[in-house]
Parts: sequence; structure tokens; C-alpha cells
Amino acid sequence: MTCTEFIALLDELIDDTLPPELRSQLQDHLRGCEHCEVTLNTTRKTIEIYRSHEVYELPASVRDRLHAAIMARCRNGC
Amino acid sequence: MATIQVTGENEQHPDVALVDRARTGDVLAFETLVNKYDRQIFRIAQHITQNREDAQDVVQDAFLKAYEKLEQFQGNSKFYTWLVRIAVNESLMRLRKRRTGKMVSIDEDIETEEGSVPRDLADWSPNPEQNYGQAELAEILRKTIQGLPHGFRIVFVLRDVDGLSTEETAETLGLSVPAVKSRLLRARLQLRERLSRYFRKKKAGEK
Repeated sequence: MTCTEFIALLDELIDDTLPPELRSQLQDHLRGCEHCEVTLNTTRKTIEIYRSHEVYELPASVRDRLHAAIMARCRNGC
Repeated sequence: MATIQVTGENEQHPDVALVDRARTGDVLAFETLVNKYDRQIFRIAQHITQNREDAQDVVQDAFLKAYEKLEQFQGNSKFYTWLVRIAVNESLMRLRKRRTGKMVSIDEDIETEEGSVPRDLADWSPNPEQNYGQAELAEILRKTIQGLPHGFRIVFVLRDVDGLSTEETAETLGLSVPAVKSRLLRARLQLRERLSRYFRKKKAGEK
């Protein structure tokens, strides 16, 4: 397996949606390829960081104002 | 004797009951849905519009439109994905208004080679985010994701941040499943590449 073939299946590996035999081929490649190992680990970390850190917070005061506006319109039948 | 029913896949999503109640005029049931999803809708709108006021307007308009159209909600998709579809359309409409004359579409052809093959192969320290304060890290994450083409960005946000499935993301954006998969891979690789500029392990002697 080449690095390009490995990268093409990177998402399936990360999302754990590969059939077992293909998965073991990728794992064989990983054992001999430091570059792909780094790419896999840092891509996983990228996803984890974005998942666990809120990039755009909705401030409580804005949220309250939006809720009040939405619910007032709903009560009046929009 | 009481029997335990195994509902499994047939188990009803809790939103279904709330939507049913809201349809009959129970405003409080709809408020529960607003409370549950407003932050996510704001996040999605902000990622698409890149504008705080527009994103706030999208939150308001998406929920109002959903309330008006509750009768049309078929229930064969989740309420949340239906709501996201409304919010994505509202966001794109606002983006078009700001970029008058420029076509804006999630389906636009994105020709870029960046991200197809990773170039920065330096490893990261185990928890690179710990080297930054919360505000500083948020700024890095914002800058990095803002640099992606918006068709990549929204796929990454729905799929990886929001946790929608590939099929739900495709349905929400009106894209094919292969298109979502291809964009997701390139988005992940580009983000990784861009974050590497901040997170790569420093070699001895580097500042």
C-alpha cells in the first residue's frame, strides 16, 4: 500500500468504517510509515480539538434576547 | 405482569413528541426545542456567514420558519437535520446578500490541490492545545477554519463538530454522499495542515 492509498482511506480508518481485512492492510502500512502515522494521529487530534472547543459562543444576553423575540412571535402566531 | 418492550430502532426520538405538541399550539414545547438547538444553529450560521449579526438573525429566522412550517415536517428525517437545512439556506441567503453579484453555493466546484497530500509531516506534542490560553486557542481555531473554502468548512462542522452522519450531512446540504466524503477528507487534512503551523513540535534550538 502506498501513502496516497493510505490517505484516501484515512477518513474510513478514523471513523472506523473499514472492513477488517482492509483495516489490517492499513495497520500494516502504518507500522512501516512514520509519516502516515503522524498524519493519522494529528488528524485525529484536529477533529478532537474542534469537537471539544467552542469556536463561536452565543453570549447569554444575546441568547436571552433571541429567545424572547422568537417566543413572542410564536405566541402571536408568527 | 409488566413486560419490557425492546424498542431498539423503533424507539421514538424525544423531539417527535415535542414537535407534535408544538403543532397543536404548545409554545412551551417549541421553546424546549429552541433551548436545545439554538447554540448549534448559531455555530453553523456563524461558520457559513462569518458575521455575528447575520448569524444571530439566522437563529431567529430559522426557528420562526421552522415553527411556521411545522405542518410540513414529515418526520422521516430528524427534526434537528430539518432545522439545520433551514438554517443553512437562511445563512447562504445572507451570505449572497453581502456578496452581491457573487454566486454562493455549497455545491460550488472547489478546485484546490491543497490538502490532497499532506506536506507538513512534523509531529505534534501530545496535547498542543494546553500550551495556549482559552481565548488564544479559540482565535487559532477560528482563524484556521475560516481559511477553508466554505463548502469544506460546512461539511466539517456538520459532520465532525455537530456529529451528523455522512448521510444526514449530504441530505442537509443537498450533496451526494461521495461529495460529502471527498470534502470531509480534504477539510480534515487542510485543517490539520494549517494547525500544524501552530502545534508542530519545536525542534531543539527553535524559539
